[in-house]
Amino acid sequence: MKTLPGQPVKRRDFLTLCSAAGSGLLMGRLVPGISLPDARAGEVPHTHEARWYEKLPHKKVRCKLCPKECTVDDRERGYCGVRENWGGTYYTLVHSRPCTYHVDPIEKKPLFHFLPGTTAFSIATVGCNVDCKFCQNWQISQIRPEQATNLDMPPEKVVRMTRKSGARSIAYTYTEPVIFSEYVYDTAQEGNRWKIKSVMITNGYIQEQPMRDLAEVLSAVKIDLKAFSEKYYREVVDGELKPVLDTLVLLRKLNMWTEIVYLVVPTLNDSDKEFTELAKWIRTNLGPDVPVHFSRFYPQYKLQNLPPTPQKTLERAREIARAEGLHYVYIGNIPGHEGENTYCPKCGKRLIHRVGFFVEENRIEHGKCPYCGQEIPGIWK
Amino acid sequence: MDRREFIKKSFLIGAGFSFLSSMPFSAHPSVPRSRVVQISHSNVQKGRHFRQDVLTEMLNQGLAKLYSTEHPDQVWKQLFSSRDVVGIKVNCLSGKHGSSHRELVDVIIEQLQRAGVSPGNIIIWDRLNADLENAGFQINWKDRSKPLCFGNDVAGYDDRLYLNGSVGSLITRTVTHLTTAIINIPVLKDHGIVGVTLSMKNFFGAIHNPNKYHLNAGNPYVADLYQMEIIRSKVRLIVCDALVAQYEGGPPFKPQWSWPMNSLLLAVDGVALDRVGWEIIERKRREKQFPSLKKAGREPVYILTAGEKGLGESDLNKIDWQTLAL
Repeated sequence: MKTLPGQPVKRRDFLTLCSAAGSGLLMGRLVPGISLPDARAGEVPHTHEARWYEKLPHKKVRCKLCPKECTVDDRERGYCGVRENWGGTYYTLVHSRPCTYHVDPIEKKPLFHFLPGTTAFSIATVGCNVDCKFCQNWQISQIRPEQATNLDMPPEKVVRMTRKSGARSIAYTYTEPVIFSEYVYDTAQEGNRWKIKSVMITNGYIQEQPMRDLAEVLSAVKIDLKAFSEKYYREVVDGELKPVLDTLVLLRKLNMWTEIVYLVVPTLNDSDKEFTELAKWIRTNLGPDVPVHFSRFYPQYKLQNLPPTPQKTLERAREIARAEGLHYVYIGNIPGHEGENTYCPKCGKRLIHRVGFFVEENRIEHGKCPYCGQEIPGIWK
Repeated sequence: MDRREFIKKSFLIGAGFSFLSSMPFSAHPSVPRSRVVQISHSNVQKGRHFRQDVLTEMLNQGLAKLYSTEHPDQVWKQLFSSRDVVGIKVNCLSGKHGSSHRELVDVIIEQLQRAGVSPGNIIIWDRLNADLENAGFQINWKDRSKPLCFGNDVAGYDDRLYLNGSVGSLITRTVTHLTTAIINIPVLKDHGIVGVTLSMKNFFGAIHNPNKYHLNAGNPYVADLYQMEIIRSKVRLIVCDALVAQYEGGPPFKPQWSWPMNSLLLAVDGVALDRVGWEIIERKRREKQFPSLKKAGREPVYILTAGEKGLGESDLNKIDWQTLAL
C-alpha cells in the first residue's frame, strides 16, 4: 500500500476532510492542542495501577490487556503510549484524565438498536492499541498523555455531568477505550448506580479476561470490524483479526448487545468475496440479528491516496449481507440514505426512520414491529 | 509570553534567521562514506566521572582519523559555522549512568564554540525535560549566554504529519524549525525489543509516537524514520557514547550487564555506525555467553533494511572500521 513519502498533511486539511465527511466528530472540544507549552511530560501521574498485567523479573512487566501483550521495561511504555512501567509496577496514565467529552446522539456511535433518539455523554482519553492508517481521530488517538490537554474527570464527575446533560448513557469512544479500560470500568460501575448505561465503542482488540470484566458493567458494545482478512489487519491496522472475532463470539456468549461497523475502504477491503465471507461468519457465529453498519471511508491520516467509498459499493455490501441472511444491515456516513433506516425483517415495513444521526420516526412498540408483531432485538428502554 | 513563544521569537530575532541559510552539504569536508572510528582511552574514567581533557583528546583524534587529517580543529570549522544553530541530540532515557554523558556533551560544546558557534545557538535536546534533568542536564530555555537545553515538551511538534513508508509522525520543532545542524550522541546499548539502540533509533526521540514503532524489532520503522530528509540532512556528525556500554537488559541502565568500554564511535554514516555497534554488542554477548540477538528474537534487521534503502553501509565487510587506542 502506498503512502505519501515526505508529504505532510496539515492539521487544517485534516479538519477540512473531517467536516467534509459530515462526521461532525471533531466539533466542540474534541481537538486538543498538541504539546502545549505547559504540558509537563515525565510528570504524568502514577496514581492508578493497571489492572491487567503481570510482573516479570528485573522490574519488567507484561501487559495482559490487549493481544499485543507488550513486555515493558522499567520507565518504558507499551505500544498504546498510555501505560508506563514505573519501578516494576505498571500504571495507567489516563485514568480520570479524558482529553475530550461531548454529548452525542447515540446514532453517531453508531448504535441503532440501543435507546434510539437518546444522547450519550461521550468521553475519550488519548491513546490507542492499533494505528489504523485511516484514523479520523489520529490527533488524539496516536499521541501520548503529555502531548494533550487532559481534564480532571474522575468517574463520579463524569456521571454527575452525564445526569446534568440529560444523556441516558455514557459512551467510551473517539479513541480506543480498551487502553483506558480501568477508567471505563470504574465509570460504568458508578453510572450503573444511577441507572445510567455504559456503551463501549471499540476495535475489540482486547484479551478475554478484561473483556469479561468490562462486560459486567457495560450495556452495549460496538465493534469496529475493520476487515475480514489478517493481511488487512496486519498492513493497515497494525493489529490482528482473530482476537477481534474472538471478542465478538465472547460478547455473544455473554449476551452483550453488540453492533458491528465495517468501514469500507476502496480497493483494500471492498471485494464481494470479503463481504460474503464476513456475512457468512456473522450469521454462523453471532446469528442474523446482529446489526451491521457498512460505513463510508473518507481519505485522511496516512490514507490520502484513495477516494471516498462509492455509494454503490456500500449498497452492494448491504445487498450481499442481506442475501446471506443478516436481518439488520445499515449504510453509514451517507446522510438520508434509506440504508440508515430499520426495517422489519418479517413484513418489510419501515420501523425507524433516520436522517444522519437523528431519528425522525420510531414505530417500534415494546420491542416489536407494530405491523406484524415481529420481535426486534435491541435495548429499547 | 509562554516558553514556546519565547523560544520561537528569540530564535527568529536572535539568530537573524540564520537557520534559513544553512550551509550546503557540499561545503562540508569529505569523509569516506562508510568509515567508523572507534577510539578508546583506558584513563578516561576518573572515579564516577569522565575526564574532559581525555575526552577532548579522544574526540579530536577520532575526528582527525575520521577525516584523514592532522587538523581536527579545521574539521570542526568546516562542519559548523557561526551561522549554524546546532542541535545536540542526546539519549537520556536511562538516568545519569546509562545516558549520553554530560562530560562528553560539554567537550563537544567547547569544540563548537571554538569553531565559532555561539552558546545560544547550541541546543541540547531530547524527548522530555524530565529525561534531560534525570541524566544530569540543566534545563535552560531562556538564557542564550549559555547553551540551551530543553525537551520536545518545551519545543513542541511541527503541525505537519510527516509520512514515509511505515512511519507517520509529528516531528519536534527542534528539528524542523530551530536547528540547522545536528550532532547525534547515542549510547552504545542493547535494547530489549529492537536489539540495539544506536544512532538511527536515537531519532525516535524526535517524534511524538515512538511507542508505535517497536513492533517487528523496529523493522522497517527505524529505517523509514531515518530516511526522512528533514532529519537525515541535518546530521553532520555522530559521536556514539560508548564510555559505558551495555549488552543486555536495555534500554534501562542495568549495571550487571554493562561494561566500561571507555570508547567513542565517530561517523557520519549512521547505518555503518549502527552496524559496527551491533557487532560490538554481539561480540560482548558471546563473551558473556549470552545468545545472539537473533536467537534472543530481536535481531536489529532494521539496520540491514537501512542499508538496502541506500541510507548508508550495512555490510560489515565494506565498512572501514578503524580502531584507535590512546
